[in-house]
Amino acid sequence: MRLSSKVTTLLILAAVIAIAPVFFPSSYYFRVGSLIFVNGLAVAGLVILIGYAGQISLGHAGFAGIGAYACALAPVHLGLHPALAALLGALLSAAIAYLVGRPILRLKGYYLAVASLGFGILVSMVLSNEAQLTGGPDGMAVPELGLRAVLKAIGIDLSNTEFWYAFSGLVLVLGAWLALNLYHSPTGRALRALHGSEVAARTVGVDVAHYKLVAFVISAVYASVSGSLLALQNKFITPDVAGFMHSIEMVTMTVLGGAGSVLGAILGAAILTTLPQVLTIFQEYEQLMLGLVMMLVMIFMREGLLPSIARRIRGRAE
Amino acid sequence: MKFALTTTALALILGLAAPAFADIKIGATISETGPASFLGDPEAKTLKLLVEEINAAGGVNGEKLELVIYDDGGDPNKARTFATRLVEDDEVVAVIGGTTTGTSMAIIPVFEDAEVPFISLAGAIEIIDPVKPYTFKTPHTDRMACAKIFEDMKKNAITKIGMISGSDGFGASMHKQCLSIVGDYGIEVLADETYGPTDADMTPQLTNIKGKEGIQAVLNPGFGQGPAIVTRNYAQLAVGLPLYQSHGVASDGFIELAGAEAAEGVRLPGTALLVAKLLPESDPQRAVVTAYKDAYEKATGKPVSTFGGYAHDALRILVDAIKRAGSAEPSAIRDAIEGTKGLVGTTGTVTMTAEDHLGLDLSAFRMLQIEKGGWKIVE
Repeated sequence: MRLSSKVTTLLILAAVIAIAPVFFPSSYYFRVGSLIFVNGLAVAGLVILIGYAGQISLGHAGFAGIGAYACALAPVHLGLHPALAALLGALLSAAIAYLVGRPILRLKGYYLAVASLGFGILVSMVLSNEAQLTGGPDGMAVPELGLRAVLKAIGIDLSNTEFWYAFSGLVLVLGAWLALNLYHSPTGRALRALHGSEVAARTVGVDVAHYKLVAFVISAVYASVSGSLLALQNKFITPDVAGFMHSIEMVTMTVLGGAGSVLGAILGAAILTTLPQVLTIFQEYEQLMLGLVMMLVMIFMREGLLPSIARRIRGRAE
Repeated sequence: MKFALTTTALALILGLAAPAFADIKIGATISETGPASFLGDPEAKTLKLLVEEINAAGGVNGEKLELVIYDDGGDPNKARTFATRLVEDDEVVAVIGGTTTGTSMAIIPVFEDAEVPFISLAGAIEIIDPVKPYTFKTPHTDRMACAKIFEDMKKNAITKIGMISGSDGFGASMHKQCLSIVGDYGIEVLADETYGPTDADMTPQLTNIKGKEGIQAVLNPGFGQGPAIVTRNYAQLAVGLPLYQSHGVASDGFIELAGAEAAEGVRLPGTALLVAKLLPESDPQRAVVTAYKDAYEKATGKPVSTFGGYAHDALRILVDAIKRAGSAEPSAIRDAIEGTKGLVGTTGTVTMTAEDHLGLDLSAFRMLQIEKGGWKIVE
């Protein structure tokens, strides 16, 4: 029996997440792991937008910012539970993505990149300037999710970093599963069709603007949930989460690993999240490295790291 | 035979290696690069310099200090990861750092959870108010700077002022703190303007302030290049009223940036470090600040800054605490830091208590005035 590529991908992902802790010498590695999963989730969303639909967004950190600040603000001002606040953030992100995307995605070309760039910067400016509400650039505290205490009550006692490793790992697998399902659904086929050629897709009856909008909204929800996870894990949030560099990082992770492959993009997230931890002395050149990596991948491995390598291995085997 | 030799050799190597583990390991996460690098860079240089100095003089309690330092680039999320790494992976006994308020606030929970003492180098009062058992800090709070400025205004019979504040973290925080205590000094704020951190011209805001009837002085809580532009525009508009800057720009670089002519007569609260050479012989801080200034400038070839001074004080407090505790146990160090008494640093004389994890009073600030491109103490 041959497993479908969807099941294989999910099995690989789940196995790596479950087995990796065996090799962790200290609980600091759980922290790095959970950051990879949080970034991986945002990147899985971008795979839908960039990889499936062929659209570029340079402002996805804006949605991460909305998700993060929803978790900080809604519990204080609306009395919501943090989990509901994350949901509210996701709904808000979806609504904003719809409003921003609807007029713009009717146009061809790079309008989405420019508009999302402006949107991302706008969010980060609002978060920095509305200091009475958001605490300004100094940031604000985020309430505890409370799930760890519940687990403890039923006899599963995890440390903070272990809990967030497991929890964000779980959310990532869930997110990857949804993204992979989408790939094989009618929507996914429509997205891939319009990625190939908008004219051809339209000729066979695909509502191009509609499907592009669907991809944009879904990826915004992914980014928002990833922002919420980050906020809840850190229990403190600053406007940096919505910063322009964060948007660029997300796109770089996606393109590096392979925009068309969920597993590849998560690998990209893993590499770029771990890199600054390994090369602590090169902090100064981090942005330079990001640019260089992006250029090299685009020139030599246009499909991204994982698909290119996989193709090479397969090519040799045949 | 061969086996015995190998085991002996191994045992020898292990035996030799063992003392290395006895080192006192202290950690730091500092924003050496990124937007806060002008704070973090001198802080990191100071820590490295002082640890070298202390080790050359025989270490602390006969043990050498080992400094594990990470550069968080001013990103609170990265700082949080490095903080976890310091506590969990490097297993340090205490941590200095958090260059900005954002990074400090983001990493405090890590140290409170792990019960490792943490000395922050950031300004905001939220870091130590309410008091958290394992968190301390060395820089004065913005509120103290406001109090010092308002005291000076009161002395000069100034009761009506205009404010122009930066909207960055520092400016916004100080703006808030100043407004919260301005009433206590019988001073009224008649005009309240703001500018963005990257604005290149503040003439419109200053024109508004100039046009307000009855203003006797202007206060500019800000940081970086903004205050220099305000100072230049202020001179160009010939506002003609006393201009007060904050401790955020207490450096020689500010005079250079604003130009000596425009900055003439500007007043601001600064630390003893800035005016080391002008301090009277009798000043208790003179010896400390002169020694640090000379050592720093000799080692780096760059002028000393207040921010490096914060790191200097944090390390001195820590080393003093380890000495008094006679142990490098995190909880023992914490108790000893809280018991710090009369320790003379660059920012002032530090006396901590269970309720006060900063330990400075207003005397730590000197009111300074810029004259002919240099500083003058006006007390």
